[in-house]
Amino acid sequence: MSYSPTAQPAFAGPRRDAPTIWSRIGEVTLFWKILSVVIFAALWEYAGRTGFNFSFPTFSATVSAFFEMVADGSMGAAYLRTLEPLVIGLAFSLIVGISAGVAMGLRRDVEWFTLPVFIVMQAAPMAALIPLITFVYGIGLASKVLAVVMLSLPVIAINSYKAVRNVPPSLVSMCHSFMGNRRQQIFQIVIPAASPMMFAGLRLGVAEGFSGVVLAELLITPTGIGDLITYHRSVANFAHMYATIASIVLFAIIAVSTLQWIEAKLFRPEKRSSK
Amino acid sequence: MSLALAKKYEEPTPVTKPSNPIIEVRGVSKVYGNDVVALDNINIAFETGHLTSLLGPSGCGKTTLLKIVAGLLQPTAGEVLVKGKPVTGPGPERAFVFQDFALMPWASVMDNAAFGLKMQGVPRSEREDKARHYIAEVGLAGFEKKYPHELSGGMRQRVGLARALAVNADVLLMDEPFSAVDEQTRRKFQEDLFRLREVEKKTFLFVTHSIEEAVYVSDRIIMLSPRPGRISEIIDPAIPKGINPDDLRRNDVYLDTVEQIWQGIRKYVE
Ligand SMILES: Nc1ncnc2c1ncn2[C@@H]1O[C@H](COP(=O)(O)OP(=O)(O)OP(=O)(O)O)[C@@H](O)[C@H]1O
Ligand SMILES: [Mg+2]
Repeated sequence: MSYSPTAQPAFAGPRRDAPTIWSRIGEVTLFWKILSVVIFAALWEYAGRTGFNFSFPTFSATVSAFFEMVADGSMGAAYLRTLEPLVIGLAFSLIVGISAGVAMGLRRDVEWFTLPVFIVMQAAPMAALIPLITFVYGIGLASKVLAVVMLSLPVIAINSYKAVRNVPPSLVSMCHSFMGNRRQQIFQIVIPAASPMMFAGLRLGVAEGFSGVVLAELLITPTGIGDLITYHRSVANFAHMYATIASIVLFAIIAVSTLQWIEAKLFRPEKRSSK
Repeated sequence: MSLALAKKYEEPTPVTKPSNPIIEVRGVSKVYGNDVVALDNINIAFETGHLTSLLGPSGCGKTTLLKIVAGLLQPTAGEVLVKGKPVTGPGPERAFVFQDFALMPWASVMDNAAFGLKMQGVPRSEREDKARHYIAEVGLAGFEKKYPHELSGGMRQRVGLARALAVNADVLLMDEPFSAVDEQTRRKFQEDLFRLREVEKKTFLFVTHSIEEAVYVSDRIIMLSPRPGRISEIIDPAIPKGINPDDLRRNDVYLDTVEQIWQGIRKYVE
């Protein structure tokens, strides 16, 4: 958890000016994606059948355990519990992270006393801090929200800060030269110019938030998905345990991919810079 | 004959003071940090309706001077007067054309060209009408809905020009506006400049690196020398009006003026 994910203004999404090449590559990658999933499932099934480890279920047993939990409602209920701290925590990180990031990008004094806080937060190993959180905030919702915030907030804030710092100074000068006041410079130039990179930071923040919530549910008190994992492990329902783990991983992947897709739609690469 | 036509001044102060100056720069100095003297006591006036070029080796303070006139930078000492009033910041009578175009990549040609008017609080329909007029004026009619990335470098600079023209400023401040466009587009731009000076009665302050361009388009050329930035020479090229570009290249006055400037600049380049 001490790595620092940083949004790169990377190439993303299909380009309008070269539809044939890129749509073809899109098809190719879709084919490879499906193929890799099929191969993965087959290997899993095979490994499960060899019985190399008593706790390792087959792919088919895991899938049927998943549907069983969906049918009896335990999966749905677990997700509802888990989403609560996740959504609250992400909403908080979003508002505070973007505001703090923009303020740090615009003002040296804010940067001077706020940036170190986020850098420390980003570098600190979360799992080590969780006992401290429970000591202060108990084992309720507040601690879990805090775990989500501690992981997602620094990524969102630091990316917003970098995004604002990367706004071309000549665009801000341009606004000033046409007599735009400070407010107009911020809302007409800085925010729109920084938004692609800010959004990328948001996506990374959401990914971190998933880690935070699962960590909290495993380390603080078992609730939601964490509870489901812990419970099925304790009664040796390994297929159910694996199904739960796989489902939360898939859920996070889908959530983050959706954000990535929205990002590509909103900020086509060619609209990001005037070069 | 040629040198007699090209008035040359050894003294930094021009003998022919502008009779109707729109901009006066008085004792302007600019020091960056503690020791980088970018400009040292610049005194100069710019005549209304003329095109004045700032020419000089890299780092002599041309951009700095232009930005001080624009109100984007504060001078360390001295003051700038526009129509007799001291400059405290950007104003409606001055518009800047940026070397790197400074177009908003997320906004259409129309929104970019209308941006200055938007900042002045002009209502949407009115500013779009004006912007459309100037987009057509710079030869981009039909491109209103395009985005900057869909345009060539020359076309982008035209959008920057349309944006500056749309606010109807009296003075256009241009920092190497044509340095990023090809030679043919540059020629076309130079023709446009002449026309704009006649039709729109604008005053131009124009930074360029090209001696040929400066001699061709300018009423007056101000040469700056570096470290510290000072006015080294003022030249009024006496190129016959309406000369066509092919004849120009063989014109004695033109050739002599270019040579004279080159001799002046040479010692800094070598
Ligand atoms: N923001 C700044 N901070 C410190 N020094 C600066 C800054 N801007 C310019 N300078 C220095 O001031 C001097 C003049 O710079 P300026 O940009 O005005 O030159 P210029 O004549 O426009 O050069 P060029 O032809 O390369 O554009 C240079 O020595 C430059 O290094
Ligand atoms: Mg310059």
